[in-house]
Amino acid sequence: MKRTAKDIIESSRMISRRALVIGAAQMGIVGALGLRLRSMQVEQADQYRLLAEENRINMRLLPPARGVIFDRNGIAIAENEQNYRVVMVREDAGDVGEVLARLTEIVDIDPADLTRAMEEMQRRSPFVPVTIAERLSWEDVARINLNTPALPGISAEVGLSRVYPWGADVAHVVGYVGPVSDYDLSRIDDQDPLLQIPKFQIGKNGAENKLEHALRGSAGTRRIEVNAVGRVMRELDRQEGIPGKDVQLTIDSRLQSYVQARLDGESAAAVLIDLEHGDLRAIASAPAFDPNLFVRGISVRDWTDLNQNKYRPLAAKAVQGTYPPGSTFKMMTALAALEDGVISPEDTVYCPGYTDVSGIRFHCWKRGGHGNINLHESLKQSCDCYYYEIAQRVGIDKMAAMSRKFGLGVRHDLPLSAVAEGLAPDRNWKSSVRGENWRIGDTVNASIGQGYVLTSPLQLAVMTARIATGREITPRLVRLIDGVAQPSGMGESLGLNENLMRRIRASMDDVCNDRRGTAYGSRILKEEYKMAGKTGTSQVRRITPEERAAGVTRNEDLPWERRDHALFVSFAPFDKPRYALSVVVEHGGGGSAAAAPIARDIMLQALYGGPPPLDAYPAAVRERIAAQQERINARIPPGSKGLGRA
Amino acid sequence: MTYLAYNTKFVPTGFRKLFYLNWPVILLLTAVASAGFLMLYSVAGGSATPWMEPQMKRFAAGMVLMVGIGMVPIWFWRNMAGVAFGISLLLLVAVEFFGSVGMGAQRWIDLGFMRLQPSELTKITLVMFLAAYYDWLPNDRVSRPLWVLLPVLFILTPTALVIMQPDLGTAILLLAGGGAIMFLAGVHWAYFATVIAGGIGAIVAVMQSRGTDWQLLKEYQYRRIDTFLDPSNDPLGAGYHITQAKIALGSGGWTGRGFMQGTQSRLNFLPEKHTDFIFTTLAEEFGFVGAITLLVLYLLIVVFCVVSAINNRDRFASLLTLGIAVTFFLFFAVNMAMVTGLAPVVGVPLPLVSYGGSAMLVLLVAFGLVQSAHVHRPR
Repeated sequence: MKRTAKDIIESSRMISRRALVIGAAQMGIVGALGLRLRSMQVEQADQYRLLAEENRINMRLLPPARGVIFDRNGIAIAENEQNYRVVMVREDAGDVGEVLARLTEIVDIDPADLTRAMEEMQRRSPFVPVTIAERLSWEDVARINLNTPALPGISAEVGLSRVYPWGADVAHVVGYVGPVSDYDLSRIDDQDPLLQIPKFQIGKNGAENKLEHALRGSAGTRRIEVNAVGRVMRELDRQEGIPGKDVQLTIDSRLQSYVQARLDGESAAAVLIDLEHGDLRAIASAPAFDPNLFVRGISVRDWTDLNQNKYRPLAAKAVQGTYPPGSTFKMMTALAALEDGVISPEDTVYCPGYTDVSGIRFHCWKRGGHGNINLHESLKQSCDCYYYEIAQRVGIDKMAAMSRKFGLGVRHDLPLSAVAEGLAPDRNWKSSVRGENWRIGDTVNASIGQGYVLTSPLQLAVMTARIATGREITPRLVRLIDGVAQPSGMGESLGLNENLMRRIRASMDDVCNDRRGTAYGSRILKEEYKMAGKTGTSQVRRITPEERAAGVTRNEDLPWERRDHALFVSFAPFDKPRYALSVVVEHGGGGSAAAAPIARDIMLQALYGGPPPLDAYPAAVRERIAAQQERINARIPPGSKGLGRA
Repeated sequence: MTYLAYNTKFVPTGFRKLFYLNWPVILLLTAVASAGFLMLYSVAGGSATPWMEPQMKRFAAGMVLMVGIGMVPIWFWRNMAGVAFGISLLLLVAVEFFGSVGMGAQRWIDLGFMRLQPSELTKITLVMFLAAYYDWLPNDRVSRPLWVLLPVLFILTPTALVIMQPDLGTAILLLAGGGAIMFLAGVHWAYFATVIAGGIGAIVAVMQSRGTDWQLLKEYQYRRIDTFLDPSNDPLGAGYHITQAKIALGSGGWTGRGFMQGTQSRLNFLPEKHTDFIFTTLAEEFGFVGAITLLVLYLLIVVFCVVSAINNRDRFASLLTLGIAVTFFLFFAVNMAMVTGLAPVVGVPLPLVSYGGSAMLVLLVAFGLVQSAHVHRPR
């Protein structure tokens, strides 16, 4: 339309007025925006900065390297091995199937692992590395690295895993580690964040378990920057954890290995104590198992085999097993009586081959009896009636007290699983635990280490160590933790009459070295390494009068489970004792025949620090011993197994 | 006053027009766009591709187009207003049938060299057409009901078409931009008061009816409104985006975390970091200082446009310039209110900074019209 000048001015003014109104509104909005920015970016900036940091920073725990367990010579018996695994990142691989096919051409991979890895890759984000196979050999890793261009997305990674180079030989001492389970978490009160790491390895058994605190170390942390979908962009900083402390045990792994080999084929245990500090040089239980099986996750078949074996390979019999000590207990009965003064070493007791006590007839092992017999002869020939008599004179309570003084019926504090307490029975025990009165027959039974008396091979070794030294030797398994020496187990004097102790030792000397001693066949010929000991044969069944009338059944004719346990305790050299040893062969028959020869072999091996010369043995057995040494040496390569370390 | 009434001897001609362009606006536009280039470089992780380089090319092309449009006399554009509006309405209808749906639910037509969003074009042509309408309408009829109803229809037609896409952001800009022209042209206060009061009443009625017998909407629609108003109700969906945007913005502090140092954008916590949420990246990396600087630059563009419009005695040119200024203002204000959590997320890009072809071209075309109005103003 045609506008007049007045129109134009009017319209222009109207627009200007209204524009100012809108402009004012706009200024208000801009002001609000500015205030909003100020409040967020200036006043609440710290709060938002924190949120941004929380967004991008993730903490990851770095598991520390577990402490190494060394033997007394510095040979590793539980250490950490580089564990190579091959991982794959899906998004880098392109054609996953094609790359995996190429990988299987150069490295042998279990098809089950492959399908598991494929499934996991489908499930997780494409940038998450998925483990395809573990425990590759170095050759496999080299081959993968060589073929990197043809294997996009594939890389080899290295981690640490526990390995026991001596395998089964140390299984019952070090135990094993395994992934932490919900059961473990419910059982232990431990706030260590490391336990929250899936599959974190903790000690499950043996020293690995009992020394867990020292061996584990503490977690390091790694702060990483992640993006919105959780992809790791970079590492911001890293604080290494404190590695676990190294532990040195008192075990001599080469000797341990020898003992395990010597016990092979039996269900047996042997404990060798060094008398200087109470160091346990060998704690063998046979049969054993390979602890490495547990680290890798044991297969159902292996587990069933171990569990159903009647020789119970999973039991550490040396410390967990308890057996009636049989005649090896006679020193305790004798010492109780001698110390109490109810008998002197020269007093004799008449042995007609049996003793009647309140209408029950207790037999001596020798049907014809030993006639008049004193302390020395009774120990040497292991006469039973002598002990039936003196036990009745001294009473069970004093016998029990003496046993405890020598470490029987006492739980020794060792970092091993389920260390047995055994039993040194007395009146109080029977009335409080069994609710029955003590009978004189019980005392008679206990006098020769039968009835209620129960001892572990460890306790027998400790007892022998104390007899040999007259000191309260305490067994010690750990020598150093992180370089710090652990207290010696030398112990104080037992405060017993040294004259009497000498008598006992002299009798034990004759057990081995007198023509009529029960272990004469297992003597050591070298005068400077002469061994003293005591045989024991403990019944696991009651011999009925009918059986006895029909003539005692020979052990060999009985089923294995009903045969006697064979025991032998010894120390050597007689003049200057260095080692105390106990050997228990479950259902092995007689102590002199089954246990003593083993003890001699072990003792000689320990005394010579390796295979002993054949002239330490009686001429008659040298040929057999030579063959045996050859057989055992073939089994244990010199030095450690597996990693070829000295 | 028609173009014939211009005292043409004072209007510059030929290339002399270049000297009479509104140069402050051109410089400010370049400054804002440059801030955009910088941010696009940053969010790409320090790379010109994929966003900065094409954006720069489009900006250069857009500037040439702007100057070209600015050289064409304003009376030509006024005569084209009806045609332009008609074409954009046709395109809006056409796009319903032939268009493709991309990110953000806006429909576009592929022209081969660019993707044309008719909804973007409509923002400008509606302003042009309304300005022409009020230029033609005698002053005394402006507030008569019939003559008020007509422009309301002009506004509601494209708005309805855009809502069908659905593109709520553009619809709001169309309503607000159109309403602003009507207000500027002098439509009586009472109309606006009535509409605003009616709108508020309707909203109150809808919200109050919830849970009563005469409930106006279905329950799921209410839940949708809840999420729209308060995204924290939906922390994994819309709420996640706005929460992350606020964290990015707030963590910038006074001076920001430094160029390319913004963790929220660099680590992809930010959604749409190169388009609708680019302001949060800027605020994160350059802090309060950077954010306020950009706000001031935007405001200066608006101020220069308003000054140019007030000094322009031509009613069409004046209304057009103000309409474009208001639309531009609404663009950045809604975007900033959205990313600072003051307004619901409606999908409005930050003008000249957000990555996007047709939005930038259409804006520069609009500023071409502003330049034309400025160059050819009656003297």
